[in-house]
Order: sequence, then structure tokens, then C-alpha cells
Amino acid sequence: MRASVRRDVRIERMASQVWELVGDPARIAEWFDGIVSATVEGSRRTVLTGTGISMPETIVTNDSLQRRFQYRIDTPLLREHLSTIDVFDLGDGSSLVSYAADADPAAMALVIAGAAGAALRHLRDILEGGR
Amino acid sequence: MGRKILLVTTDQQRYDTLGVNGGMIARTPVIDGLASQGLRYERAVPQSVVCMPSRSTILTGQHPSTHGVWMNGVPLPLDAPSVAALLRGSGYRTALIGKAHFEPFLDPFMRFTENSLAATGTAPSGGSHRGFEHLELATHGSAGQLHYARWLRAKHPEAAGWFYPALDGDLEVNAAGGGETGAPQVHVNHVPRDWYHTDWVADRTIAWLDSLQPGDDWFAWMSFPDPHHPWDPPQSEMSRVDWRQVPLPAGYPQDKSEREAILDAKPRHWRMWYDGKLVSNFEAPPKWVPATLTPDQVREVNARNAVECELIDEALGRVMAAISARGWDGDVDVIFTTDHGEFQGDFGLLFKGPYHVESLMRLPLIWRPAPSSRPEPGVVSTPVGLVDLAPTIASIAGIDQPGWMQGSVLSKPGETTRHGVLTEWDSELYGVDVHLRTVSTCEWVCTAYKPGTLYDGSEGELYNLLEDPLQRVNLWDDPARRADRDDLLGLLRDLRPPERKPRLDLEAPV
Repeated sequence: MRASVRRDVRIERMASQVWELVGDPARIAEWFDGIVSATVEGSRRTVLTGTGISMPETIVTNDSLQRRFQYRIDTPLLREHLSTIDVFDLGDGSSLVSYAADADPAAMALVIAGAAGAALRHLRDILEGGR
Repeated sequence: MGRKILLVTTDQQRYDTLGVNGGMIARTPVIDGLASQGLRYERAVPQSVVCMPSRSTILTGQHPSTHGVWMNGVPLPLDAPSVAALLRGSGYRTALIGKAHFEPFLDPFMRFTENSLAATGTAPSGGSHRGFEHLELATHGSAGQLHYARWLRAKHPEAAGWFYPALDGDLEVNAAGGGETGAPQVHVNHVPRDWYHTDWVADRTIAWLDSLQPGDDWFAWMSFPDPHHPWDPPQSEMSRVDWRQVPLPAGYPQDKSEREAILDAKPRHWRMWYDGKLVSNFEAPPKWVPATLTPDQVREVNARNAVECELIDEALGRVMAAISARGWDGDVDVIFTTDHGEFQGDFGLLFKGPYHVESLMRLPLIWRPAPSSRPEPGVVSTPVGLVDLAPTIASIAGIDQPGWMQGSVLSKPGETTRHGVLTEWDSELYGVDVHLRTVSTCEWVCTAYKPGTLYDGSEGELYNLLEDPLQRVNLWDDPARRADRDDLLGLLRDLRPPERKPRLDLEAPV
């Protein structure tokens, strides 16, 4: 069974400022708790999790005009996976960041998006704390 | 020097699994003996019928709506109040040994202290975690990062693969059957008894007690992962109970048409789950269809459950002997309970979910006050809640009840501290949400359904425990019971606790 799970956060920062961090795939460890490091080579990213698991990923979309970032985790644990991060300009100097995980098995969508929800709150704290 | 406190919890244990509560399968002389010296509660009710919300209630003394852990997978905030922190602040030494589960288990990013602590030891950074200065954690098997799993893999690596994998390859609750009947979550486990987590929890509790000074005041939460499934106790112990001789429970309607008629009279998610047409929560195997459950499978599950209960009782006996050897037995309060119940065949079902009946909501609860306090033994028949444990523990320690606790000190025989106890259910899983609010009184169990995927908010369940102790006849729509229903709904409104806002995020399946 597959599932689609989404989390979001509103950040009192311009979308362009949020995208500066979110749109840089090498900087994910700065805001995603539980990701220890990330290395990027072309469309390939490898992240190391807090449990010591190395997860290879394929960057599918990195569109700075739409402010959309998508990636797939390439592991036999997942029959299917696509995560999508969107940064929306709310027009009042703030932005909405959403993180959606589509995955089969379904539980992995919840594991990924669940962790991403905490990561988004951390992202907000980092960016708003730097105001 | 004050009274010392041993809180003993199990996981998913029914009221009727104790001899003192009328159980006929497991022998539980240690717990029965504590009951004979203290208080036995006949209507102890959880505030949630799944682990994380219920355990958070025990720790905080708050209802799920207030502490915010509204379903499994929602972590209890680190700044949540804690009775352990309260006691530690008053000079108590504090430990939690066994199953915690205030934070999700499925944690590949290792974000939660419960999962990361074992890599560094037993003492959390900062001196305590949720008020506990010492944590040695375990869950239902050999998988994961907790202390027991690491110990087993390090000391007895050959045994790690002998346990039943609680989750399958899809990270869902495993439906694979085993044993002699093929029942789900049943498995033949060749692990020696003294390597099994029940004995490990007792061993580690004794080791911690042995590390204390004679004059220390202490609060130990000893938390056994059993008799929660998987039902894979050490095979060497299975000769205690012949599953073929285990009687079918009174709550199991043997006739299929009768069973299905009972389910059809309840709100429709009961029958939909039974038929395998709905998965509303993570706590049961989604690939298992309850309608396939056979009488022999019920017998084998209940036999294995009974063996697990006996091992817990004997492990508690060892801890009580260790306490006695330290000369503390006159000054120790012992509270024995569990977080929620289990169907074990009632209505043709196993496991748990959004089903507020006594299978899941009538819990064993024993309070043996310190003998030095000269307690009067007795039986309390009026409803109490797990929300009452934190105020009781604070009271034992001589600490005034703080305003954040929502319960009351457990009542004594003849006292009525409350007219009803609230139980909440909220779940949202892959597009299906269910929300229940239940009040339990001496006579009634009344559940109001809130709007959700399956219901418009007009549905409910109403059972009269005196006329229908097995809760087979739903009186919700009976005009003759409308006045009772309205009174109970009024009580339910009165019991509504403050809600934590904003609502906390679900961060993992479990």
C-alpha cells in the first residue's frame, strides 16, 4: 500500500530567503534533524542519517522559479518514493513551506513526512531566529 | 526518609488475566498477594486504549487532549509535565526500566532520546530525561536501538533472530501466523527464559535498586513489554499451559452468525475491520482479516498470553525479594497496572483499536500501600483512571498535587472521587479518521462519535454493564434509554479537559 503524507509550516521570512536554504540540496543537514551530512554530485545526493544509514537519493526537480525541490530515495526498502518541498510566497513577507512524501510502503511516507514536519519547525526557528 | 515507590506496568494486559480478578488460566500469586495486602480496583479505566497516549497520561497525570499525545506516533513534548520530575525535584532517585514509549519507535533519523540513549549509556545528558535519572529501555523483541535489544545482540547474538518480527517488511504490524494454529503474532521462540525481556527488566531493576544507598528515597517505574503481542514467550515455559485446554472467553461468540449480528449492531467500523474492509489504525496487522480467527487460535493466543503473565508475576516476585533483602519492604508502595487492554477473542477480534469496550478499557490495578502506613485492605468498585496515578504517586511522596495534574488520588473503599472516567480516541491514518469520547460509570459505558471519515457525529454506543456485562447490546438508539444517554452525554461534556493547541504533529506510525 502506498500513502501520501504532507506537513507544512508558515515562516515569517520572504520566500526567496527560505528558498536560499531549502533549495540547496547540500545544506539539508542544517535544518533536517536526524540527517547528519549530505553530499551532492550532479543529480545524486547521499544523506547519512542519525542511525548511520547512508541513503542514496536522486534529485528529480530543483526549480528555483517555482521554488520546488523533489527527490527520490533509492533503496530497496522503498518500492516507490517521491518527496516534494514547495516554498510559497504568501505576499506579505512570509512564506508557506510544504513537504509531501509519497511512498510505498505507506508507513515510510509517514516516517519521512513525520520527521520532515519536525524539520520544518526547525527550519522556521533557524530562519526566524536569524531575523 | 519517605516512602519508596515501585510502579509496575505491563503492556496490553486485560483485567481478567490476574487470579485475583477471577482469571482462571495464569497463576499470579505475587500480584494476588499484593492485592490481599492493599487495594484492588475493579473498574480502572485508561484514558486511551493505545500505548503512547496512555503512558503519557500515567507520566503527566493529564488526559490525552491536554498532554497532546492524541495517537501513537505523536511524541510527548519534552517540556511536558512529569511526576518523575516532580519527585526528583523533591530528592527522590528516579528510574524507568523497560518500555517507555513516550516517543516513537520508528525513528531512522534517530531523533528521539529513547532511541539514541542506549548508544551512550543509561544516564541522559542534562541529568535526566522526563524526570528519570536512569533509563534502561526495552520493547517487544530484539529489533531496534533500545538497551535490551543492544544487550541481546551483544551478549547473545544467536538469539536475536529467534524473536518474532513485530513489523513486517512494509513496516506494518506483522500478520504472519505461527505456533500450532497459525494465529497472527504467535511464534515459537527458543530464547532461554533468562535472556527474555521480562527477566531482563527485573534483573536491571534489581541492579538499579542495588546501586542505591539504604536511606535513599526512590521511585522506580518497572515497565514490562509483555503480555503485548507478539505472543512469543520462551518455548521452555509453554508447558505451563496446554492451549487445547484453555476455555474460550465468555466474550467470544462461537456462533458465526451470532458474532456477526453483534458486530452489525455496533457502529460500522467494527464490522468493516472484522471483514478486512477497513484499516483505521496502525495497532493491528492490516493484512490480517479478523473474520478468519478460529476458536483454536483464540485458545493458543490466550495460553501464550497467560504464560507471559506468569513470567511477569514471577519477575515481580524476584524484585520484591530484592527489596526485602535491602530491608525496605515496610516502606515501599507498589502500584501494579497496565496501559490498556486487549481483545483476546472478544467479539471475534484480537489486538486493539477504536473500540471502547471493557476488553480494552477494564484494567488490572492494584495499590499495595507501604505496610508502615498500616493500610486497610479492600476493594474499590467505583471507576478510577490511570490519570489518577500521578496524583497518587505525588501523594505517597508527600508532595502537594500540582495544578497541572487532572486526576485525583486513587479512592479508597467507600469513597467516590468521581462519577465518571473519560477515555479518548483520535486517529488519522492514510485518509481515515476516527474520534471517540467515552465516559465510564459504575453502570454505563457511553461513547459519542465525533464527525470523521465514517461518521457524521450522530452515532454512538451505549452499554449497561449491569444488564449486559459483555457489551453486546448497543442501546444508543433505544428510546427507552434516551434519558440515560442524555445524562451521560452531559457528564461527558463536564469531563472534557482543556485541549493542547496547536495540535501536535503525528511524526511516525508508532
